[in-house]
Amino acid sequence: MKHLLSGNEAFARGLYEAGATLAVGYPGTPSTEILESCVRGYKNFVRCEWAPNEKVALEVAAGAAMAGARTAVTMKHVGLNVAADPMMTLAYTGTPGGLVFIVADDPGMHSSQNEQDTRHFARFAKIPIFEPADSAEAKQFIKVAMDVSEKYGTPVILRSTTRVSHSRSLVAWEERKELDRPIGFVRNPTQFVVIPAWARRLRGKLEDRLQKMAEDSGKLDGSEAWGINRVEMRSHELGIVTEGIAYQYVREVFPEASVLKLGCPFPLPEKLVREFAATVKKVLVVEELEDFTELQLKAMGIPCEGKKYVPKMGELTPDIVREARSRYESVEYRPSPSCRVVGNKPLPQRPPTLCAGCPHRGIFYALTKMDCDVTGDIGCYSLGVLPPLSRMDTTICMGAGVSMAHGMTQSGQKRKVVGIVGDSTFFHSGITGILNIAWHQVPTTIIVVDNRITAMTGHQDNPGTGVTLMGETTTPASIEEISRACGIKNVAVCDPLNHAQTLEVLKKATESDEPWVVISRSPCVLAVRKRTGNVRKIDPEKCKACKMCLKLGCPALECTGEKPSVNPIVCNGCSLCNQICKFDAISDAC
Amino acid sequence: MKQTTSIVLAGVGGQGILLASEICAKAAGFAGFDVKTNEVHGMAQRGGSVIGQIRYGEEVFSPLISQGEATVLMSLERIEALRYADYLAPDGLAVVNSQVIVPVTVSSGGAVYPENAEELLRQTFPRLIYLDANRVAMELGNPKCANVVLLGALATALHNISVDIWKDAIRECVKPAFVDLNLRAFGIGAAAGVIDN
Repeated sequence: MKHLLSGNEAFARGLYEAGATLAVGYPGTPSTEILESCVRGYKNFVRCEWAPNEKVALEVAAGAAMAGARTAVTMKHVGLNVAADPMMTLAYTGTPGGLVFIVADDPGMHSSQNEQDTRHFARFAKIPIFEPADSAEAKQFIKVAMDVSEKYGTPVILRSTTRVSHSRSLVAWEERKELDRPIGFVRNPTQFVVIPAWARRLRGKLEDRLQKMAEDSGKLDGSEAWGINRVEMRSHELGIVTEGIAYQYVREVFPEASVLKLGCPFPLPEKLVREFAATVKKVLVVEELEDFTELQLKAMGIPCEGKKYVPKMGELTPDIVREARSRYESVEYRPSPSCRVVGNKPLPQRPPTLCAGCPHRGIFYALTKMDCDVTGDIGCYSLGVLPPLSRMDTTICMGAGVSMAHGMTQSGQKRKVVGIVGDSTFFHSGITGILNIAWHQVPTTIIVVDNRITAMTGHQDNPGTGVTLMGETTTPASIEEISRACGIKNVAVCDPLNHAQTLEVLKKATESDEPWVVISRSPCVLAVRKRTGNVRKIDPEKCKACKMCLKLGCPALECTGEKPSVNPIVCNGCSLCNQICKFDAISDAC
Repeated sequence: MKQTTSIVLAGVGGQGILLASEICAKAAGFAGFDVKTNEVHGMAQRGGSVIGQIRYGEEVFSPLISQGEATVLMSLERIEALRYADYLAPDGLAVVNSQVIVPVTVSSGGAVYPENAEELLRQTFPRLIYLDANRVAMELGNPKCANVVLLGALATALHNISVDIWKDAIRECVKPAFVDLNLRAFGIGAAAGVIDN
């Protein structure tokens, strides 16, 4: 019987079947559910841990792999930037136990700040990269990656994308294969200690290994265990080289074409590519994001086309590939007939918003009352940039909310700077920035919006929650104590759903000429799953239609006419609206 | 090419599209089809516009649906059906809940929620089942089963999956205590579908 699994569930199943004993990661859409599924289904076989950040996650995994265990590390594409340091050198050493990175890219930026293509990292680090196209391959490729990692002594990257991770398809389950070797570190300094003399030796081996892998991955006769590159011969007129989810769209749009489906686009199985190209009249490369494979083919001297027709930006869809086909064949693109909205009035946009009752709203609303620049960070609170709150001025990466407040303050500008960071982001990469602020005594205020969970990715525990991914109770890290230990003397806590108190604390902090850490503490309402207070109601007699409450941007406050009203199904009862109503028109009593 | 059936589910993050999607996928699987689905996670879930896609048939490649390809489009909020109208085949069936969820862009920005939504829906979708699934769900005693009411109407347009299979899928996907409630919700939706079809 086959099981309908998301790509992420299939990765987890793959880890189980491959005999993995440890999986580590940091949450990030679209990769988060890999570890969540793994712990849900296989915790008795595979120990699963969230790490404070991706670099730590990789180093934890690498330590286990050096001791011979089969391990995986999971993250989203930008997480690999954080983990790049250990990755670049682990490529030299390899590990006796299989070490697999599952990295999920987000073409189209559904939930990300950029759309970097992880295949470039594979080439940069000289590590092989596999690209599954559906859930069955997600599971299969994990097992091949573990074998390849151990056989060639290299980490392997599995590149997923949003559509692979979050699409469901049918997967046949197989048995778990336990390791047939004892686990325990075997000392070998010339491999594991990369002092220059030994690193130079490993450097040469790295090139030899890459070449050997390129040869072996191209063998389709079963003499090598890879079996992840595939040729499907149909018409000899057109041959398409494709990989990952793009393969599925190619099959929809070019049903007659021959296909070389690359499971491993780096190192490229050059011999296989040449043989395939020789059997077809024309070669078209269809790949999502960059022209990674197309450039490799061109460098080999194989005449082909690709990004001239297939977009480089954003994700592909069957329709986008269909349009590319029209351009390629120089025929007019005719979209399929469909139902069409009559008229030309645009529909109102419906962007994601802070939830009704979200404590972050209290902080951002308080900041609307203050004259300061706000350097922000990555999390639900990034939504504080959207109107009507519009109270975040920069967002770059995890931790930058802290360090950029430092830099902007040191620029010599007159206006105060406030940095915002979430609790999980504080542990991820905010602490070093706070240490730096204390070291240089920078008069800035860092607000840690502590909602007691990693919220945006769907409520994962972090070092502050006192619980591990395996469900073990542990010591919760204290943001107050860490900040003080870093050298911050002024540490205050406020309740963001208490408007007057929050305003008072923020004023005191920003008027000071010393560094401050303000911890805005109130749990995520989605995680708590119950109302904060009674549902509010607006008294139409008292309401003067000033619409001040609408400046909160709360989804429970609706206004399609003159006066706003509260949607009782959506209202969380947080009471912020009645705290800011000047006419006492909002209460829970009427 | 082999025939593939496609279903689009639309709504607002948090309305229960994931469960509806799961039931559709289970039903297609029970009927012996290859099946793929796609869902939205992360940032897009926080009250934003959400789409779920299900495709089934003998052999399915893309999890994403093409323009004009869907046999049926079901929407848990009235104007979200309009947002994804392009996916629906000209002779496809739209099943739309009359519920209104006002976006923040309307309440606190300058955007306008269409006043004549029902009229727009009737003009956009030649085959439309427009019903107040929330009211039906409330009458059944649980507002959360509105999505299954709509699924009942949706199922009437998918002739390659029998009612018994849909019921098996519901039994599989909802907690035992809610099976009866959801089966009744499905039945009411199915009756509405038969009348309007």
